[in-house]
Amino acid sequence: MREHTEFTYGEDANRQKPEIDAPIEDWNTYIYERDNVAGYHMEYWHHAFGCRAWIKVKRDTQTHAILWVGLPQENPEIAL
Amino acid sequence: MGKYNALSIFWHALCRHKYWQRVWRDPQPKLGYDAIIVGGGGHGLATAYYLAKNHGITNVAVLEKGYIGGGNAGRNTTIVRSNYLLSDNARFYEHGMNLWRTMSQDLNFNVMFSPRGVLNIAHTNAQYDVFARRANAMCLNGINAELLSREEVLDREPIIDGSATTRFPVWGGILQPLAGNARHDAVVWAYARGADQLGVDIIQNCLVTDFIHHGERIVGVKTTRGDIYAHKIGLAVAGNTSCLTSKLGVRLPIESHVLQAFVTEPYKPLINGVVTFGAGHFYVSQSDKGGVVFGGDIDGYNTYAQRGNLPVFEDVIGGGLALMPCLSRLKLLRNWGGVMDMSMDGSPIIDIGPVDGIYLNTGWCYGGFKATPASGWCFAYTIANDQAHKLNQAYTLNRFASGYTIDEKGAGPYPKVH
Ligand SMILES: Cc1cc2nc3c(=O)[nH]c(=O)nc-3n(C[C@H](O)[C@H](O)[C@H](O)COP(=O)(O)OP(=O)(O)OC[C@H]3O[C@@H](n4cnc5c(N)ncnc54)[C@H](O)[C@@H]3O)c2cc1C
Ligand SMILES: [Zn+2]
Repeated sequence: MREHTEFTYGEDANRQKPEIDAPIEDWNTYIYERDNVAGYHMEYWHHAFGCRAWIKVKRDTQTHAILWVGLPQENPEIAL
Repeated sequence: MGKYNALSIFWHALCRHKYWQRVWRDPQPKLGYDAIIVGGGGHGLATAYYLAKNHGITNVAVLEKGYIGGGNAGRNTTIVRSNYLLSDNARFYEHGMNLWRTMSQDLNFNVMFSPRGVLNIAHTNAQYDVFARRANAMCLNGINAELLSREEVLDREPIIDGSATTRFPVWGGILQPLAGNARHDAVVWAYARGADQLGVDIIQNCLVTDFIHHGERIVGVKTTRGDIYAHKIGLAVAGNTSCLTSKLGVRLPIESHVLQAFVTEPYKPLINGVVTFGAGHFYVSQSDKGGVVFGGDIDGYNTYAQRGNLPVFEDVIGGGLALMPCLSRLKLLRNWGGVMDMSMDGSPIIDIGPVDGIYLNTGWCYGGFKATPASGWCFAYTIANDQAHKLNQAYTLNRFASGYTIDEKGAGPYPKVH
């Protein structure tokens, strides 16, 4: 269990970066548009004041409950 | 329902206040309206009022999921200003200032608008230069701004730490003398009463859950109080906008974040105007009851919970104590949070679409209270005429795709930093 103050929020982890030569619309979608869900949100956090690793967190944006934590390349095995 | 004036207060007092009437009706929703406004915050109610007053569209319903003013309208720190650098913002917010000045008279309701001055403190020479640039830009847009020296700042607000040993000494400040505060609840009630008197139905406890389609068009809304039809549907739901547009299959350049605010127990007059700290994020004023009202940064992560966390709490208080050490003696009475519609450039959206029949009002970040009259005024114009007014024509949804973002701080597409 680590303190909240050790972490800084990154961003929505579901965003897919387009290929460099993808059409401008795809880049607009990637840079500006968000699902902004009320409910389960997959997101990145930075352990900035700790080991400096990035982690992936599934968190409920309505209750702040954390359902799953993993490394950026990981995904929860069961649908949560 | 009578007009409010000194005579009516006197008469009601003589009658032992037995005959005051309810301030707006509590109607059953009708099956259809000419226009529906979703969201009974300041913006939604102001929109309905101006639709009726300026455009003669009175067959309007405002649908509010809880009670009116229970969202951000009732949770903000009530700062009203137009000290913007960019012309699109300056013109829009200054139009708002003009509406604020006459609001109590126009609505026959005391909204306690108090132009006590908004003072931003600079702590370094460089910061002072940036402020000077903003002050000049404001003056070019016809908005009065004054640069204050260190002495003038300390003279205006004597409780600011002016000692030689302070961590962030005051260098100077920028003052918008005609900016200030207003009573947030009164603004909600005033627009509700004004709209109701013109025939608008204010329907509370009415959650909009989905939309009714007719081909490509939206022709109504599904609500917890039944289906309601209208050819024009305006969304003014602040932090909840993405939830509604997701039902339309539209993703927005918006993230919802929580902002906290704080008020102390009532105290004797301590702070004269609105003051903002320049070396951290802290802004403060004193309510007419004496409570010291203050706030700071958003918590910084996506959330729809109307409550924040303690680290930001500590950060805000720390900023306050660095600027005004004597605040440490005050007792905190309450702390709360509201869900902000943070846009990708820090500026709002008042536009037609994104789907036929829908009109969008969102992206207020944490500065939408001051926008209440101008937002309602422009949104009503846009809905009535199917065309933006020149005051909101820059606030489009497609400005992100077309590259015309309105980014006061040049901070880029990171909602948590606006
Ligand atoms: C702590 C804090 C401090 C702030 N300080 C300032 C300040 O000093 N100066 C300033 O200018 N601004 C400030 N703001 C920002 C300002 O309060 C908001 O930008 C502004 O109130 C938003 O517009 P509104 O009043 O219409 O929003 P709200 O009052 O939030 O209105 C939206 C309404 O929509 C309703 N709603 C949502 N979803 C639905 C649905 N599906 N169906 C029906 N109804 C729905 C909600 O219940 C709510 O009542 C602050 C905000 C907060 C939280
Ligand atoms: Zn770590």
